[in-house]
Amino acid sequence: MIGEAASPPDPVPPNGGRPSLGATTLDQVVRAEGRAVLATLVRTTGSFEIAEEAVQDAMLRALERWERDGVPPNPRAWLITTARNRAIDLIRRERARASKEVESTYLRRLEEDEPMADQPGDDLLRLVFTCCHPSLGVEAQVALSLRTLCGLTTPEIARALLVPEATMTKRLTRARTKIRVAGIPYRVPDDHELPDRLAGVTTTLYLLFNEGYAASGGDDLLRVSLCEQAIEVTRELVERMPDEASLRGLLALMLLQHARSGARTSATGAVVLLADQDRSRWDHDAIREGVILVGDALRRSADDPDRFVVEAAIAACHDLAPTYASTDWAAIVSWYDVLVSLDAGPVARLNRAVAVGERDGPEAALAELDAIVGLERYPYWSATRAELLVRAGRPDEARRAYDEALRLPLADPQRGFVEQRRAALDPDDLLNS
Amino acid sequence: MPLYAAIIYNADLDWTAPEQADVTKEYQLFGEAAASIIRGGAALYPTATATTVRVQGGKHGDIVQTDGPYAETKEVLTGFYLLECADLDDAVKQAATIPGAWDGAVEVRPVIDFGM
Repeated sequence: MIGEAASPPDPVPPNGGRPSLGATTLDQVVRAEGRAVLATLVRTTGSFEIAEEAVQDAMLRALERWERDGVPPNPRAWLITTARNRAIDLIRRERARASKEVESTYLRRLEEDEPMADQPGDDLLRLVFTCCHPSLGVEAQVALSLRTLCGLTTPEIARALLVPEATMTKRLTRARTKIRVAGIPYRVPDDHELPDRLAGVTTTLYLLFNEGYAASGGDDLLRVSLCEQAIEVTRELVERMPDEASLRGLLALMLLQHARSGARTSATGAVVLLADQDRSRWDHDAIREGVILVGDALRRSADDPDRFVVEAAIAACHDLAPTYASTDWAAIVSWYDVLVSLDAGPVARLNRAVAVGERDGPEAALAELDAIVGLERYPYWSATRAELLVRAGRPDEARRAYDEALRLPLADPQRGFVEQRRAALDPDDLLNS
Repeated sequence: MPLYAAIIYNADLDWTAPEQADVTKEYQLFGEAAASIIRGGAALYPTATATTVRVQGGKHGDIVQTDGPYAETKEVLTGFYLLECADLDDAVKQAATIPGAWDGAVEVRPVIDFGM
């Protein structure tokens, strides 16, 4: 399955693609190549600013030219040559304006004949590790990854992350300036640094995926495509670092979660809980791939459990259950035990409590839930408590817990869902409203 | 190679006091180990000896001196090095061997080259 990654991505994603960008196959070819071309150009120009501008320009030209004349036999070489020529123009112009020699080494390197990247795969790794460098703030890492790895425009990133466009422009400019001025190197870390640095990369990629997956309002189509982009980048990393269990686990987790995306919202956009989802609408090919990956990752991390691999194992338990009622809750609770032992934080304990509730009943889950410290300001803690109190036949306490959740910040679809559950406790009110 | 300032923030202490001998010994070791990349630096007397200067009313205005450092914080600027390093990763690696990094924190900042 991993071997199939080289073929073009599925031309028609479940939700109809990215209309803002023209959901054509040509656009996707250009975009997929664009990432590799950018990774090479950042190395040869030594500048994110120049590389991004040059590659964007080359991609626009490619769209015009290829539409008319067809895709050339080696699209990546065409893009690299076009982008390189544009970069030479940009550096020359910059030099003339500022009359300085700073970029001269890079200009010389660019002018030397290097039509093809010597190690395009390594360039992509360089790009990933630079975007996820620990000296950049997490927000900057996510923004820069979306810009350079996923090829989103600044307005698209701003819309996806629900941030004003001016804020996003400033955030990206600051990140690029820091890379240049502070001298963040464009390289793959040495073996001894790799575990730490890779943990930074997987965390950022998962954040990026979650921005799409959480579907907290905003542009839904953009968010679906965000998930797909995160999966694609992770898939490319797995191909290049096949021995890293954590990366494999992350890819499995993304696939297994994204497989349910078609069933997670109703036709009217309302949230559909796992228990109520139409499992025939899940993407069973993605599930199969995810399950194989997670099995492989588990074998590779048997002595050293990894957060993403364990989370993927939990997702696999859900995805493999033919119905909600037949879910293997005992297995899920055991996986959560491993996850909690990895110090995965209070949200892992919250999810474990939910699984305990399915295995042992609501009272047992409530006891677990009340023992968790640090989630008082987390709306899902109160909302989960409310659901359990309903099932335990304690409606007054449930009402209070729903109200508590609603007092905390919640995205619109989730707020609507909690309000609806709260209202269902008082059917008379619902009729009168 | 680029130049980085490694600015050390620690508890407000007197490097010249005999009880700091162990720490200054550690700094001496760092100085020897990093001799080839150290391009300058200084250890500073404690903030009790500091005077903050401000000129009010613009250039050539009234000179106002106040006792002590600019900001009252638990960790204060106690010294700095100028280090010549290949890149930020290298600078961070070097800064992590400065004793202040485990007694407090070391801020690594690129130094501007005005080309003069």
